[in-house]
Amino acid sequence: MPAEELEPTSPEVMLAFYRRLYPFKSIFKWLNHEHTPSRLFTNREIAFTLQSDVYLRYNSFTTAEEFKKQTCALNPTRFEIGPVYTARPRDKKTIRPSAFTPLLRELVFDIDMTDYDSIRTCCQGADICNRCWGFISAAVLTLDTALREQFGYKYLLWVYSGRRGIHLWISDREAMELTDDQRRAMVNFLTVVQGGKEMHKKVNVRIGKDPVLPPSVKAALEPLVEIFSNLILADQDCFKSDDGWEELLTLIPDKDVAKVLRRKWNDDEDRSSEDKWDDLKSEVGKYAKTSRERATMKAAMEDIILQYTYPRIDAEVSKHRNHLLKAPFCVHPKTGRICVPIDPERIQEFDPARVPTVGQLLRELDAASPENTAGEHADWERTSLKPYVEMMEKHASSLMAEVRREKIASDTTW
Amino acid sequence: MEKLAKTAGPEVEQHSGLKYPHLLNLYDVPPLEDITIEEFETCAIDRLRVLSEIESSFARNRSFDELKKITIAQCNKHIPMAETTATTVDRDAQRRADVIGHFVLRLAFCRSEELRRRFVKAETTLFRVRYDSCSGTERKNFLNSRDFASIQVTPDEKTLYAPQLQALSFGNERVATTEFYKVKWTRVPDLVERRKVFLRGGYAFVPSREQSSIIFQEFQARLEKALEMTAKALPRLDEDTRLMPVLGNLSQAFLAGVPSDWSPAENNGEEIRADMIDELSRKHFPACMRNLQDNLRRDHHLKHFGRLQYGLFLKTLGLSIEEALLFWRKSFSGFTDDQFNKNYKYNIRHSYGLEGKRANYPGKSCQQILTSDQPGATDSHGCPYRHFSPDNLQTALLSMYSSQGLTSADLPEILSTVKAGHYHVACTRVYEITHAHQGVKKGEGIGSGESVTHPNQYSKESRNLEKALIEEVKMEIDGGDVTMGV
Repeated sequence: MPAEELEPTSPEVMLAFYRRLYPFKSIFKWLNHEHTPSRLFTNREIAFTLQSDVYLRYNSFTTAEEFKKQTCALNPTRFEIGPVYTARPRDKKTIRPSAFTPLLRELVFDIDMTDYDSIRTCCQGADICNRCWGFISAAVLTLDTALREQFGYKYLLWVYSGRRGIHLWISDREAMELTDDQRRAMVNFLTVVQGGKEMHKKVNVRIGKDPVLPPSVKAALEPLVEIFSNLILADQDCFKSDDGWEELLTLIPDKDVAKVLRRKWNDDEDRSSEDKWDDLKSEVGKYAKTSRERATMKAAMEDIILQYTYPRIDAEVSKHRNHLLKAPFCVHPKTGRICVPIDPERIQEFDPARVPTVGQLLRELDAASPENTAGEHADWERTSLKPYVEMMEKHASSLMAEVRREKIASDTTW
Repeated sequence: MEKLAKTAGPEVEQHSGLKYPHLLNLYDVPPLEDITIEEFETCAIDRLRVLSEIESSFARNRSFDELKKITIAQCNKHIPMAETTATTVDRDAQRRADVIGHFVLRLAFCRSEELRRRFVKAETTLFRVRYDSCSGTERKNFLNSRDFASIQVTPDEKTLYAPQLQALSFGNERVATTEFYKVKWTRVPDLVERRKVFLRGGYAFVPSREQSSIIFQEFQARLEKALEMTAKALPRLDEDTRLMPVLGNLSQAFLAGVPSDWSPAENNGEEIRADMIDELSRKHFPACMRNLQDNLRRDHHLKHFGRLQYGLFLKTLGLSIEEALLFWRKSFSGFTDDQFNKNYKYNIRHSYGLEGKRANYPGKSCQQILTSDQPGATDSHGCPYRHFSPDNLQTALLSMYSSQGLTSADLPEILSTVKAGHYHVACTRVYEITHAHQGVKKGEGIGSGESVTHPNQYSKESRNLEKALIEEVKMEIDGGDVTMGV
């Protein structure tokens, strides 16, 4: 729709969106973990980015209503959520700096498509298509499993960032309480692909004399093998171009094998990535089963799979409690798309192009029959935002149920 | 008791008699017996010396091995701790002093966030050094005596996760024979970060060889908590007029470097004459004294605290009262004999203990110079590293020491140390640079890695170094004569 693309996020559109559609109540419940406002909400920093690009930090609110009222009054293009401080952020100027420190904060992760620019072949930069979403869904599957199984977290909320990335918010009490040191340790534990543009081999995590993968990486590798053949070899066809397969050859430690393959691939321009990977496999197969060369090559191939598919996390976002991250259900100012929650179980079906835009939602609202405006139904229920808000509501209520259970348990101990 | 225990075998002996059965201590029981004020102070100061050395090791970016070596040397000097097996030593007395020192310093350092953070870091390092350097039996007995809230991994779990656990052991050990402990991963973030553990459901499976990480973390966590509790309880001590000044001095000392154990009495150095001072100042004086000498030469005058700081320093250096009077008289060239005798002579004699209360004042230590009698707008005393603005400090250092090998390339390092508040470390670094041509290397400080804590110590070490070199040259010449003779 051309009209929508012209002015996807004008101030009028944004105001209508905040007034009628933005689920402030759900966001409140999700941040607060209870029905009555607690420190988790009242001491929470909200930072607004206004239409004039002025950045307004250290706002805080006592109730969801106040939050909504102020948001409508300021009518920002978007807003971000920060940590829970020892005091109310809005009182910051009146308290001693030492009495104002970040206390709690959801553990957050940010995965952005730009980190995959060197390997994706379908788009570049800010663009994203259904095909490159495969990288994100591989990352989500890996990270989601690792965090649940290894770290034991239960309340993970994945949120589309509105354009080409995804955010993760973990609300478990233990995750909220992590110190910056612990967060850093965890991020470094989870970071496997490392090294800048000028570094060819970016996966160097093996340990010991007879290098093996650490158990956590080993566990991640298994599902990635299949993703590698579907995504990297078939869909993206990463080793089709000369640059693509030259990059692959730099990752092969065995110079003889690399030489043979280079000759072969130079002669035959049409070999697909799948063919090339098979060529590599058959070269490796020529070594005796228990030989050292074969073991080295097998390890190298595993590292290649990891380098092309393992999640590339934006580490700085996760390391500090006071990092601000865009709130769920905000509108991306460039695309007009809503930052909707995503079910990780169905991440592969997710299509960024089908995420509702703010303009579309308002039109849906206008088209809906007016007799339903009686009041017992919120406006978002009559738009395609409904399933997403319901997902958020479900997430928040299971979180609240858990907090209630803990409260009761700690009460009986008295 | 002792005899009985001995006959009962070595196992029992280790627990016998001793009030403090282990060298290592988590310090969860404060000393409850009577402690004399003197003990209160000396135990704390001795420990503080070691902790300050640890701090300056951090500031100088020493590796853990270097730090360990220096710390052990300092420990042996100030707070020796014998292993439980050393039956000839009064282990209880040593350990008692250790406990008292630790708890007194807790009182002194609980008061601000900054002091707490630094204290925890230094104490945890000291614990780590001791843990690393004590014998295996000592360590094992200590570990067995404590419950570190870690769950031993059951054989079932071991079988279930055998491949994963095997991957951690680098093929050196067999999983079946290795002990694993389960702790919340947040208690061993350093192991998690280096992927040295296996994680499941928020728990880290720690192989016994990495167990020390759990213990260091535990030590640190307990101390952090305890310090915060102490801080809350401290106001109750406020009425005690005997202890508060001691505690105040101790925390000051941590800020300004160690209170010097360098006692002027040790300096039996030969007599210095008034006319030697200018030359000595160029070769052997730390920046504070060099600055005073330069000011005195330029202005032919020094204000009261400047005279005091410089006069006591010269006295300790070996300047007799006669020579001192001569020196000051010559330096104050703009005054008549009458003015000099009336206004300054008494003061000079006083500082030599010849007037008034007749006390023999020692030269001021770095701590005193850094913290007491802060220089006013027209004063020239104090510590240049602390009391000069950064640009003035740079100019001053270059003009004072460029002839001894200090270049502007050295300045950024010195200034960043100054910025971090480690004035004595900056001074020590300058000593190292200006004595590099005499073979002093980075990190050696003024001998065996020690930092400058007293201006006189700086000068004495500098002069000793020169003397040693002269001796060496002499020896060589003598040796040469002998060969020529043959």
